[in-house]
Amino acid sequence: MFRVSPYPHIRDEVTTRRIMFIVIASLMPAFAGSIFFFGIKVLVLTAISVASSLICEVLCQIIRKKPITVSDGSAVVTGILLAFNLPPNVPYFVPAVGAFFAIVVGKQVFGGLGYNIFNPALVGRAFLMASWPSFMTGRWAVPRIGTMSGIIPGLSSLDVVSSATPLTAAKVYSGVPGLISLLNDKSTLLSLFVGTRGGCLGETSCLLLLAGGIILLIFKIIDYRIPLSYFVTVFSLTGILWFLGVTPLTPIFHILSGGLFLGAFFMATDYTTSPITKEGRWIFAIGCGVITVVIRLWGGYPEGVSYSILLMNAGTPLINRFTRPRIFGH
Amino acid sequence: MRRFTFPGGIHPEEHKSLTEGKPIREIKPPDEVIIPLSQHTGSPAKPIVEKGGRVKVGTKIGELTGFISANIHSSVSGEIKKVDLHSHPAGGNVLSVFITNDGKDECEDTSEKDIDSLSAKDIIGIVKEAGIVGLGGAAFPTYVKLSPPRGKSYQALILNGSECEPYLTCDCRLMVERPEDLLLGGRLIARAIGVKRCIIAIEENKPDAIGKMDKLAGKYDFELAVLRTKYPEGAEKQLIWAIAGSEVPTGGLPVDVGMCVHNVGTALAVYEAARFGKPLIERVVTVTGAVKSPSNFKVRIGTSFKKLVDEAGGYLGEPGKLIAGGPMMGISQYTDEVPVVKGTTGIFIQKKEESVPPHQTACIKCSRCVDVCPMRLLPTSILAFIERGDFSTAKELGVLDCMECGSCEYVCPARRPLIHNFKLAKVRLR
Ligand code: SF4
Ligand code: SF4
Repeated sequence: MFRVSPYPHIRDEVTTRRIMFIVIASLMPAFAGSIFFFGIKVLVLTAISVASSLICEVLCQIIRKKPITVSDGSAVVTGILLAFNLPPNVPYFVPAVGAFFAIVVGKQVFGGLGYNIFNPALVGRAFLMASWPSFMTGRWAVPRIGTMSGIIPGLSSLDVVSSATPLTAAKVYSGVPGLISLLNDKSTLLSLFVGTRGGCLGETSCLLLLAGGIILLIFKIIDYRIPLSYFVTVFSLTGILWFLGVTPLTPIFHILSGGLFLGAFFMATDYTTSPITKEGRWIFAIGCGVITVVIRLWGGYPEGVSYSILLMNAGTPLINRFTRPRIFGH
Repeated sequence: MRRFTFPGGIHPEEHKSLTEGKPIREIKPPDEVIIPLSQHTGSPAKPIVEKGGRVKVGTKIGELTGFISANIHSSVSGEIKKVDLHSHPAGGNVLSVFITNDGKDECEDTSEKDIDSLSAKDIIGIVKEAGIVGLGGAAFPTYVKLSPPRGKSYQALILNGSECEPYLTCDCRLMVERPEDLLLGGRLIARAIGVKRCIIAIEENKPDAIGKMDKLAGKYDFELAVLRTKYPEGAEKQLIWAIAGSEVPTGGLPVDVGMCVHNVGTALAVYEAARFGKPLIERVVTVTGAVKSPSNFKVRIGTSFKKLVDEAGGYLGEPGKLIAGGPMMGISQYTDEVPVVKGTTGIFIQKKEESVPPHQTACIKCSRCVDVCPMRLLPTSILAFIERGDFSTAKELGVLDCMECGSCEYVCPARRPLIHNFKLAKVRLR
């Protein structure tokens, strides 16, 4: 007559599915912005990425004879994040292949949701970078408003305005006279913030990503410690290096350019691949910040956010171990 | 005013308003009571009556055995129908005394006694004889707590009126309706354990009780400590931390930090035992949730849950779960034929639609469980090792320190069966 079960008999209303739903919703402002800036192709690329993620997840689970769990929404999140990490002009097969790597190699071989070590979307991206570097670094698009580098055209007749993303411009063309001061200019920083610049399709608008990040913070989906310490680390480190003359670019440029907002709010905060302890999250995000800056200033790539997160993902089990809290009464 | 609290914990919806304004109503003793001989932590009492024997209200029917045990008394007058196994709200079948009520309510001696001249030893003796156990739910024999191990001593008494379980209001009502008796009982406990300093701790969601105690505490030399509303604030170790800032060491007892914690209802039982020679034969039970009129009842031990549900107007809609205790740590029942025991703080009924099994997903490592664990454990990691069969690592991670409060499972978005596995691991590790 009565159902018998262990306690607790009441539960918090937050469920896995609801968390994924809020994450997806929080990505929507940036998604809408991206469609506006780069056109309908963004929609198609993202749809392909999401659909491929879902299909790969189902197929893996069928092969592994595991229950089908796509309804938890995690594959949708991976699909969107993967698409957000692609240049807007890649061919349509690229997100499909990326999703395969992300879901199969990044997630399911480890045992599926909750067991993966690396952020699946970033695994997908890393594979694409290795396999088709030209697609991943050469298929940028000029946004509907603004320029590729974010520099306001009226201010400059430099070629890079239409050919390179801000970080690439800074890295590759730093010798071009006048470029650095243009990149550091208030008007450029404003376009970086708003998103009227080139870049991966979901990373360009700091403003819209910030809006999504605030949604995540309000709904207590992510821990503020990760974005906060990531930003503070990048800001203070580049600030010191700028002051010392190591980098000509201001810390504000470093914060606003590249994929820092996307990474700090949406990828470094991935539950499974970031530490479970609070102290660990500080360490994790500080590590991400340091590695990002090192790659940007001294590495082979103009941008370091995604590799920094992948590297810190690898360190997460260790961080968890060393930040284990003292048990009450011990 | 300062609000005491502890790190971690959760704040589920309280739902106390269903019953917090309902005065305690004494219900007519039933025609038959079924009194289990084990209603406490420790070894069961041994029956000292036989079929056909006559008992009065308060006649001892079960004698304690061993050091941790408690006496059992008849809660009605009448005839012993049988001594037999019966289902127990804590699970399983337990040897129980079935007594047919003759309706006369003949009592053992209940004359008023002088309590001022009682020595510490007298009080402990009375508490032991009266079969008093912790009434907050754990039902640990009270006299054991009153006799600290050799070489250890108490510095302060905390009366626990936090009642952090959602829905339950029996302690709250006692503080509102019987504040002076309860404080007198507290003073008797203080005398028994040889301390001067007494604190009464109440969560801030009970303004009526706080108001009463604010007025009266001083008169009985009590300090009032208001706690921030949070579960499991009433857990001994968390309460001590909140008030005294000291951590009971692992494997240790509150006495190791000089603290003695007793539930407010227990204090009242001590008072009644000392003043009127009344053993623990009744208690206050909150009947709440999906019943037509949620209430607080004063109930004879051994009354069936069914009778209480009927007194509360019957089920509201189709019942799904019948729970002895509150929604966080209560035990769900197969049947409503189980009797009220000394540790029954409440009966909580969930509607059928509210008691569907939760949809589980894989653990997403969201660390919500880590954030709320008042013992600062890593429930997700412990669970992972248990699921892999690695009990020794689970032990290393502190599974034995888990107090099974359920906070982790309450917040888990993946609805992982954490508590179940922690209990399993504890059994395997013992
Ligand atoms: S709360 Fe549940 S899902 Fe989150 S880490 Fe803990 S066990 Fe995993
Ligand atoms: S691990 Fe144990 S002590 Fe910690 S929240 Fe869960 S049940 Fe409570």
